[in-house]
Amino acid sequence: MLDIRNIYKTFNPGTINEKTALNGVSLSLEDGEFVTVIGGNGAGKSTLLNAVAGTWLVDEGQILIDGNDVTKLPEYKRARYLGRVFQDPMTGTAATMEIQENLALAERRGRVRSLRPGITRQERAEYKELLTMLGLGLETRMTAKVGLLSGGQRQALTLLMATLQRPKLLLLDEHTAALDPKTAAKVLEITELIVTRDHLTTLMITHNMRDAIAHGNRLIMMNEGKIIIDISGEAKKRLTVKDLLDQFERVSGEQFSNDSALLG
Amino acid sequence: MNISTLINALPGACAQGLIWGIMAIGVYITYRILDIADLSVDGTMATGGAVCIMMLMSGHNIWVSMLAAAGAGMLAGLVTGILHTFMGIPAILAGILTQLSLYSINLKIMGKSNQAVNVNNYDLLVSLRYIRTMPLWKNTIFIVIVLTVLLIAILYWFFGTEFGASLRATGCNPNMSRAQGINTDFNKVIGLMLSNALVAFSSALFAQYQGFADVNMGRGAIVIGLAAVIIGEAIFGKIFRNFALSLLAVSFGAIIYYVVLQVVIWMGIDTDLLKLLSASVVAVFLGIPYWKGKYFTKPVHPEGRGTSVSSAPASSTDNASSGRPEALNTSAQNEEKGGRRNA
Repeated sequence: MLDIRNIYKTFNPGTINEKTALNGVSLSLEDGEFVTVIGGNGAGKSTLLNAVAGTWLVDEGQILIDGNDVTKLPEYKRARYLGRVFQDPMTGTAATMEIQENLALAERRGRVRSLRPGITRQERAEYKELLTMLGLGLETRMTAKVGLLSGGQRQALTLLMATLQRPKLLLLDEHTAALDPKTAAKVLEITELIVTRDHLTTLMITHNMRDAIAHGNRLIMMNEGKIIIDISGEAKKRLTVKDLLDQFERVSGEQFSNDSALLG
Repeated sequence: MNISTLINALPGACAQGLIWGIMAIGVYITYRILDIADLSVDGTMATGGAVCIMMLMSGHNIWVSMLAAAGAGMLAGLVTGILHTFMGIPAILAGILTQLSLYSINLKIMGKSNQAVNVNNYDLLVSLRYIRTMPLWKNTIFIVIVLTVLLIAILYWFFGTEFGASLRATGCNPNMSRAQGINTDFNKVIGLMLSNALVAFSSALFAQYQGFADVNMGRGAIVIGLAAVIIGEAIFGKIFRNFALSLLAVSFGAIIYYVVLQVVIWMGIDTDLLKLLSASVVAVFLGIPYWKGKYFTKPVHPEGRGTSVSSAPASSTDNASSGRPEALNTSAQNEEKGGRRNA
């Protein structure tokens, strides 16, 4: 479904702030694979996701989604293949627009936006049902501005928007990191529900090792712009946090330095 | 200070306010919906009039002339849009460049710095002579009201369509828009064209109203437009929630602006100082939201803080990151918004 071939990305080349964020990353995802991505700060996790999403173009290498070469496509054109949820709850929704309007915008991802009505009566009924599924009481507030919602509600809504039109690939960039633990758990639960229900190919970054182990059927760890650990299948199911840390030390020859991941 | 002079001047002030209200609705589209301060309107506010008057003088129908004026405005918006999106020039500077070049273009359109039409020789739609002595359906105030309502209805429909909604999303959250497959650059260009078309249309009306087009008639138009938007929001913002009504509020804002202006003139202020006064008022009103945010907001507690006391120790890190106040989130987003173009 996703095929990343040896991509490189260097930010601020030739300056004192030069930073090689992706240093020859290759990754292949089968249809329906749910991959969790972990790694310390600056390991290149978010950069990897942004490279796929097309926030900027990579310096070298190739990216294919479902056989289509998207390496040179601008962000808005790749959107037809992708569902995205961001770390900051503010990023994924339009605050000054209604809940139902946000959903209607997402429904039209990858389609031509014409002069037909922005939202139809039938859609309203559909959205009401979908929002009820979230269990957050949003179905009674369809015309409320999204800016009035809490961070958790906004992330849940963004998740719904990302999957309203079945994406070829779902990109979750630490989408629970800005939430309190209870809300984060709820959003993760909804994530699991939707991903399983729709059999979505998913790439989920998390800073929490336990979440990374508990969810998905494959786990990759990044360090200094490279994928250093890639575990799937039975090995992934038996994985513990301690195993991961041991592996990390063996592969990279250093201590894992990210406190939050350790504690997780 | 004869009160009857003031009362006599009021219908004229209302008519002017109504005409400039259409211009202010154009400003609203860029400033409020697209989140761009488009300074090209200072040029477009003369271009529309120039095109309309010259078309009239060469024997064209009044409606054709006004449509041509709107078309010229669209072209100006297209230029600003291309400078901004394709060439990566900050929106304010792109507007200034267009505005400056329009000065030359306006001179070339008219052949000199101003052109007048005599209301007796041309079949004008509006004029300052048509305010009192005309039957209702030919009365300038009535006609501009009808035009305004019509334009608001069209805009209300347009911004409710799939494409219109994507325009609103573009201004509200460009990152989210791109993630939803919206071509934000294209939308900005269309928004600028639409806005400038409205401004030029208003300019065509205003040139007819005063009986001439002048190369300087748009000077400071952006400030008047912003003043109308701000006054409208300050007075009607709480009651006019609906999109169509907020456009109406902008039109009312422009009328109030001109009525107040008339009162100030009547009170005998030195008219040389009027533009200074307008700019000061707008500056203060633009500053108020900033001051409010800086000095008068209570700290916002993030949701769920304190509810996690009983949860597992594993949560301690999540807590640290969720302890980020709402205000921080917002400022981070704003930075991203502003910084994107530099990246």
